[in-house]
Amino acid sequence: MFSPARAWREFPQRYRLEAARCTECGKVLYPPRLICPECGGRDFATEVLPRDGTVVTYTVIRVPPAGFTEQTPLPIALVELVNGVRLMVQIADVADPESLEIGMPVRLEFRRVSWDGEAGVIFYGHKAVRATG
Amino acid sequence: MRDVAVIGVGMTSFGELWRTPLRSLWAEAAIAALGDAGVDRVDLVTIGCMSSGLFTGQEHLASLLADELGMAGVPAARVESACASGGLAVRAGFAEIAAGLAEVVLVTGVEKMTDVDGADATYALGTAADAEWEGFHGVTFPGLYAMLARVHMQRFGTTREQLARVAVKNHANGLLNRHAQYHLKVSVADVLESTLVADPLRLLDCSPVTDGAAALVLTTVERARELAAGKPVVRITGSGLATDTVSLANRGDLAELGAVRLAGERAYAMAGRTPDDIHLAEVHDCFTIAEIMATEALGFFAAGDGGPAVEKGLTDLGGRIPVNTSGGLKSKGHPVGATGVAQVIEIVSQLRGDAGQRQVEGARVGMAQNMGGSGGSSVVHILEVV
Repeated sequence: MFSPARAWREFPQRYRLEAARCTECGKVLYPPRLICPECGGRDFATEVLPRDGTVVTYTVIRVPPAGFTEQTPLPIALVELVNGVRLMVQIADVADPESLEIGMPVRLEFRRVSWDGEAGVIFYGHKAVRATG
Repeated sequence: MRDVAVIGVGMTSFGELWRTPLRSLWAEAAIAALGDAGVDRVDLVTIGCMSSGLFTGQEHLASLLADELGMAGVPAARVESACASGGLAVRAGFAEIAAGLAEVVLVTGVEKMTDVDGADATYALGTAADAEWEGFHGVTFPGLYAMLARVHMQRFGTTREQLARVAVKNHANGLLNRHAQYHLKVSVADVLESTLVADPLRLLDCSPVTDGAAALVLTTVERARELAAGKPVVRITGSGLATDTVSLANRGDLAELGAVRLAGERAYAMAGRTPDDIHLAEVHDCFTIAEIMATEALGFFAAGDGGPAVEKGLTDLGGRIPVNTSGGLKSKGHPVGATGVAQVIEIVSQLRGDAGQRQVEGARVGMAQNMGGSGGSSVVHILEVV
């Protein structure tokens, strides 16, 4: 559920893009975990994600879930960052959904994500925008 | 391990059943299955249900529903693996009999989905995705499968028309199933002109929101032979269960359903069968792309050949391997917790020769493949006439 407590505890990842680098094998985990799925390592160093990446796959949501009914059509992509970490994010500032494509270069920007859910909390996080130049 | 047989099947019609509460849907299916089996006492009740809490505000189903049959006191357990909850309930019942913990098990699945509006139903189904790292951004289930479809189309050249052919086939089959939610013939053009839900998936690529329940009675093959009264005995010869990452961000290859492949391999190994031995299959076509990807993961077709196969009619009734003769989730309906049980019912009906106009001639080995979320879990069962 989109509760105030959840919004608060997720600030490091949502606001600051903090990930965990496994000190054993170097795998970067976003969100952080207690055990590395690659090597079983238990020791991590906090590392901030790079902001540049490309679209692995995407869609445009036309029938939204509760909490996003004001935001359609809603483009969403799976983005692979330059360090190999993948994350699901909205794509912002899309004038024409037909212009989206797999492989499109994007950059993560801090944006408002949702605001009309039952918790009454304005949720912020990162969205992808088309990278220029 | 003891050999396990299905001795009774029963289900409600699937649809928007406004008049009927969850407990009555469930009881109708359970009573029908017990009647079909000719038993009135069971050692265990298993219940597959994804989210009665979000859909109806009711949890604690195992006790509630056992009591609804006047069986308070009986061991009962609800299991959950999103849209694979029904298949998991079958496996839970199978395991108890195989292990000798129970002699007769009532396996059930139920979902009552139409007491909430569309946005709330979409939200409830979306909880089968990674709520914190996918759902937070507003992605829906059609959206996740749309992302998989786009990768499959780019990698293998799967076409929009091939996706549409899955819906056309399954609606044609559903016309022959009196329990189906939709008795509606659709054309490729109908699918391609239907409303966009999540590009490239359209309304007629999606399974519907449905109320319904389904039930089986399982026992040992030995006991089944005593109770058979001339009916064919249908044995569950293989059961496979597997997981994959829930989050697509952590998934290895987005063009493959890894959990389906693993669950299939485990079921084939237990049954001593290969894909070529399967005469028909019910697969989890929650979206048209899902059927194509499932038929590849189960080994019926090579990776990338699932789209051309449906286009050539290989999965039609009368084709090389008929898929979703019941109409599938697409046309029969998809009450998520009931689906995995209803798939097994279709296979049992076919193996008994009870499938009427949609009967696959000579069917002796069938498969049911149920899937949770965007492929985060899958359950596969192989059933055979013995």
